[in-house]
Amino acid sequence: MVAAPLEAPKISVKDLRLSYAGKQVLNGISFEVQKNEIFAVIGPAQSGKSSLLRCLNRTIEFVPKAKASGVIEIDGLNVDAIKNVYELRRRVGMVAPLPVGLPLSIYDNVAFAPRAAGFRDKSALDALVERCLTQAALWDEVKDRLHSLGTKLSGGQQQRLTIARALSHEPEILCLDEFSIAIDPVTTMRIEDVLKELKRDMTIILVTNLVQQARRLASRTMFLWNGDIVEVGKNDVVFSNKPQSQKTYDYVNGIFG
Amino acid sequence: MEHEVVTLGAQPTRRSMAPGGDAARRRMVESLTEHVLEWVIRLCGISAILFVFGIFFFVLREGVGLLFGDFSLWKFLSSTEWYPTSRSNVRYGVLSLIVGTLSVTTTAMLIAVPFGLGAAIFVSEFCDKRAKEGLKIVIELLAAIPSVVWGFIGISVMNPLIQTVFHVPVGLNVLNGALLLALMSVPIMVSIGEDALKAVPDSFREAAVALGATRWQVIYRVLVPAAKNGLLAAVLLGVGRAVGETMAVLMATGHAVNIPHSVFDPVRTLTATIAAELGEASVGSPHYQVLFLIGILLFSITFAVNLTADLIVKGVRRK
Repeated sequence: MVAAPLEAPKISVKDLRLSYAGKQVLNGISFEVQKNEIFAVIGPAQSGKSSLLRCLNRTIEFVPKAKASGVIEIDGLNVDAIKNVYELRRRVGMVAPLPVGLPLSIYDNVAFAPRAAGFRDKSALDALVERCLTQAALWDEVKDRLHSLGTKLSGGQQQRLTIARALSHEPEILCLDEFSIAIDPVTTMRIEDVLKELKRDMTIILVTNLVQQARRLASRTMFLWNGDIVEVGKNDVVFSNKPQSQKTYDYVNGIFG
Repeated sequence: MEHEVVTLGAQPTRRSMAPGGDAARRRMVESLTEHVLEWVIRLCGISAILFVFGIFFFVLREGVGLLFGDFSLWKFLSSTEWYPTSRSNVRYGVLSLIVGTLSVTTTAMLIAVPFGLGAAIFVSEFCDKRAKEGLKIVIELLAAIPSVVWGFIGISVMNPLIQTVFHVPVGLNVLNGALLLALMSVPIMVSIGEDALKAVPDSFREAAVALGATRWQVIYRVLVPAAKNGLLAAVLLGVGRAVGETMAVLMATGHAVNIPHSVFDPVRTLTATIAAELGEASVGSPHYQVLFLIGILLFSITFAVNLTADLIVKGVRRK
């Protein structure tokens, strides 16, 4: 499905199947994500986008009665074979659609993952927290109250806090699950600019309901429908007047869905 | 129904002229029940306060008369000499009783808090569903055992057990009472602590796990801070139970007025003293009044514990 890649893919998914208590969610999908690209996943609700992300960092294991099969490789390494799953989860940053401010201070929220990994140096932590908050376009708003509760921030601020938190463990892959749901358009644009910058350091998977966001940011886009891939390819094909599937054209242009 | 609406709309004047009309009467009844219900609910709310003050007033009335004689409050609190029935020299010093209550309660909490919270965490986070149901039933059963039965266990099981394990001459002591109190308060801590942990949204667990936290890190970095208030309430209810418990400690601690030097010394608690002596003291006598003063003392201790906890919780919230 993908045009012959020049280098080995960062993520390669082969025949991924997933069901929740017998209900099929992903019907054997295969695709690859290149290093340092922004890869967008679009599709209506219930199409399996968020479940796909859960498979990537193996948090799917916490969902009762979830059954997954197939192979996911990161840098050619099967994620199921990784012994230290905590290490895997630090390599894959995750931003959830509704912000989850942990009941800790702003500073502790961002410093959570480094500390969990055993990082103790106070001044280095300070610098890290500042860098991550700056990258998430939040630093200026919170720098005077780093030690107040993260849950007291507004919804949009909390979402940026979760982005800063996901950046704090310096992931190789950053997964964003509809990050802009709770954020105003101006802030969304600021974060989108940040993502374009971050692309140099990491691979970004962007699950989004906003077709235009996928078009703006991604280099390639995958269109999921009821657990099947309708189309995956370069943006100038997917968003052109002649994508491979008529369904893609209709969805992207708002004719249905 | 429809008919009434029509009458209401079309003939308002007649309605006001005939207060005995069907709709008007129904409305009156409705507003009356509304008022009555409101007052019933208000009464329920006020009654809780009234009862607390009523109990406090009653206990105070019975005991306070003593304070106006040549009775020294300082001596009462600081003396260890408790001879309420002496013919030649009556002395009412409750220090050993206070120390007895505190020593048993503290030892009990040292045992119960780690076990209770640990069990709550285990039941809420590590158990699969079936084991959880089974454990909860067993724990609730533990809470249903009457305290006299606990006292019986203290005398017939714990007593010889402590004697053989620790090689002490008497097994009815602080440790015995504390173990019983711990066993009695652990079920409360577990069920309330488990509720508090269950109330922490799953999204917190997911977020922490996604950040690479291990199971243990999720628990002590996220769950415990998030459920702090509930866990504190669980501990406090356990403390309350331990301070107020009478029968089991009366039977298991040896009931000897004594400042303990180790957990193997027998003691007597405030509650046990009241239970054992109130029946013998003649109503209105100084001995009777002193026992009520002890009641006030107990009241103050639990009040202080609750107040401290309240302040801690408020302090936690403000941050």
